[in-house]
Amino acid sequence: MERHFDEELRKLKTELLAMAGHVERSIEHAANALVGRAAEAISNIYELEQEVNREHKSVDEACLRLLALQQPLAADLRLIVAVIKINTDLERMGDQAVNIAHHTERYMADRDQPEVLVDLPEMFSETRFMVREAIDAFVKNDETLARDVLKRDDRVDAFKHKIYSDILNILQSEPKDIEQGFSLILIARNLERIADHATNIAEDVIFAITGSDVRHSPRTGPS
Amino acid sequence: MILKSENLEAWFGEAKALKGVGLEFESNTVTAIIGPSGCGKSTYIRCLNRLHEETPGARIGGRVLLQGRDIYGPEVDPVLLRRQIGMVFQKPNPFPSMSVYDNVAVGLKLGGIRKKRELDSRVEWSLRVAALWDEVKDKLDRPGTSLSGGQQQRLCIARALAVKPVVLLMDEPTSALDPISTARIEELLTELKKTVTIVIVTHNMQQSARISDKTAFLLMGELVEFGETSALFTTPKDKRTESYITGRFG
Amino acid sequence: MENDVEMEREMIAEQRGRTIKNVLMCSALAFAALIAIIPLVSVFGYVFLRGFSSISVEFFTSMPRPVGETGGGMANALAGTGILIGLAGLVGIPWGLAAGIYLSEYVAAGEKGAGLGGAAIRFGIDMLASIPSIIVGLFVYVVVVMPFKHFSAWAGGLALGILMIPTVARTTEELLKMVPVHVREAGLALGLPRWKVIVYIVVKGSLRPISTGIVLAIARVSGETAPLLFTAFGNQYWSHDLSAPIASLPVQIYTYAVSPFDDWHRQAWAGALVLILFVSSLNLLTRVILKPSGRAGA
Repeated sequence: MERHFDEELRKLKTELLAMAGHVERSIEHAANALVGRAAEAISNIYELEQEVNREHKSVDEACLRLLALQQPLAADLRLIVAVIKINTDLERMGDQAVNIAHHTERYMADRDQPEVLVDLPEMFSETRFMVREAIDAFVKNDETLARDVLKRDDRVDAFKHKIYSDILNILQSEPKDIEQGFSLILIARNLERIADHATNIAEDVIFAITGSDVRHSPRTGPS
Repeated sequence: MILKSENLEAWFGEAKALKGVGLEFESNTVTAIIGPSGCGKSTYIRCLNRLHEETPGARIGGRVLLQGRDIYGPEVDPVLLRRQIGMVFQKPNPFPSMSVYDNVAVGLKLGGIRKKRELDSRVEWSLRVAALWDEVKDKLDRPGTSLSGGQQQRLCIARALAVKPVVLLMDEPTSALDPISTARIEELLTELKKTVTIVIVTHNMQQSARISDKTAFLLMGELVEFGETSALFTTPKDKRTESYITGRFG
Repeated sequence: MENDVEMEREMIAEQRGRTIKNVLMCSALAFAALIAIIPLVSVFGYVFLRGFSSISVEFFTSMPRPVGETGGGMANALAGTGILIGLAGLVGIPWGLAAGIYLSEYVAAGEKGAGLGGAAIRFGIDMLASIPSIIVGLFVYVVVVMPFKHFSAWAGGLALGILMIPTVARTTEELLKMVPVHVREAGLALGLPRWKVIVYIVVKGSLRPISTGIVLAIARVSGETAPLLFTAFGNQYWSHDLSAPIASLPVQIYTYAVSPFDDWHRQAWAGALVLILFVSSLNLLTRVILKPSGRAGA
């Protein structure tokens, strides 16, 4: 029996997906700005941020209303709780994209310096893949996709550590580039955070589907 | 574990209403039985106090064990059994032409207790446990039917408790009451389980979620799922349970 | 806009039509009710007119005078009717109640085993209700009067009692059936045996309406004349012995009415008035019994 409530849930998911789309584009613009040297992409990120913040509030409001009015149970309840949490993670991701934008601006201020981006392009790729996969897992209700996201988190962490040590090495021979080096390190950290949020989303998806809480379980190696 | 049914079956003539239901009830807990109309939940609890057999043409199969003894054993007197397993019905039904006092005392008086002092103290105890004493202590002589609906139901609860049963069966006790009376009785039940083990049939899932420790889901005479209420309502194991509690049928 | 005005006019016209129909119907019903009351009012009025003047203390307290003499009263008949009603009650009330309770609690409830016996009892009660009272009188004549070789109050009481049984049984059964099933179940659920539930809860809870059934049965038999002709027979004097014939109001009225004496005719009218007033007051009594708490005990 199709319920009016099912219609409401569909609308909620659609709204969340729209927000996820905006966040994904933000990250894409960040990659273009830094890796593709497209300075105009940065202003896009700031615009999208407004949209993402608005959606953040709207999704929370919708969830609260559904909880109060429908008193959902079982899978419906888990879904709405998951949406509330994913909402937060998406918004944080958006914030991280904005941070990347700031740091990119600072990095590009001094254009005379040659491009040394170490592994950041690869890290961007991996992170963006994780974000896409986590959102896909949510859309398709796919536990396998979600679990794959969890496995990839270690790779992103590894990237971060390598980028840190690579940059430190470079700075030892070129100390005057310290500001730029610093910006890149911060961007790496932002990306690692985005990946963490993607893992959170994956964990929430697993909870919505199965009811088991897989957070804080030991995975291979520290993060 | 104070009460248990093993493979309980029940018939109305040729029609089979229960198909082998096995449930266990722990002492001092509230167990809710939910399910769509006609699933057999009322029939089930009426088998627990041998009220089912009072319907002409009704019979049962399987066993029901109260504190380890089969209540359908040949040496068991159904009348005495019902003093140990009491029942409260859906529609509040104080006995006609009897005062509040008499309503509570009738089980005792006709059960052989005569001394006024003992009757008084039992009546007061029952009314207190049923959270009704303060409201009726000055009106004990008024007819039972002069009370409001919610009070009448609490009177029926007091009446059932007066004979000190070990298990109290409740068949949709609040479905005929307004929300405030319902809330009061639900509050009462959470206290009451300290005194008596409660089995409550309800078609209101939120009620079951609010007050029960364990919940059993019956469908077409069969037990589909039984477990901790919180688990059943957040992560039900059976698809049919999930469909029912999320309102997809029934 | 124009459409609205038209619609409104139509609605008003419709309403007027409905009101007229309403008034017509109500008047027709009132008229019908009036017609139904007319016989009652005319009988009462006529008896009242003919009998009122003859009501006196003498009527109530003195014995009938010998044939031909004027004066005297119906004291013995009045007392006789009272005694006969008492005796009838002894027979009719217990048996009627028992039958009514059995039919309601065991037969109507579908108890296994009550099938054949229950059907027999129900059949019996229905038959009894339709037997003409004179046949009942003849039956008691054959069974009681003939063997003992004289008319008696016992016989009269028995005849009237038999006539009471179906009324009491049917009213009791119907009233008990009105007690909802879950009241009985609540009693059983308390761990009370079936019979206690029936006696102390079901019957006790319906005492008021059941008593009105009994009062109505009394009202019915107090006016029976035919059966008494063969059983109690009648007596111009006080009966000191229940095994002797006894006077009763209806028989006395009959005896006087078919006599050639004017004075007896006058007294017959008085007796008729007393009888009618007695039966009516019994009927009114039932309303009083049922009234105080507004509900009939169930």
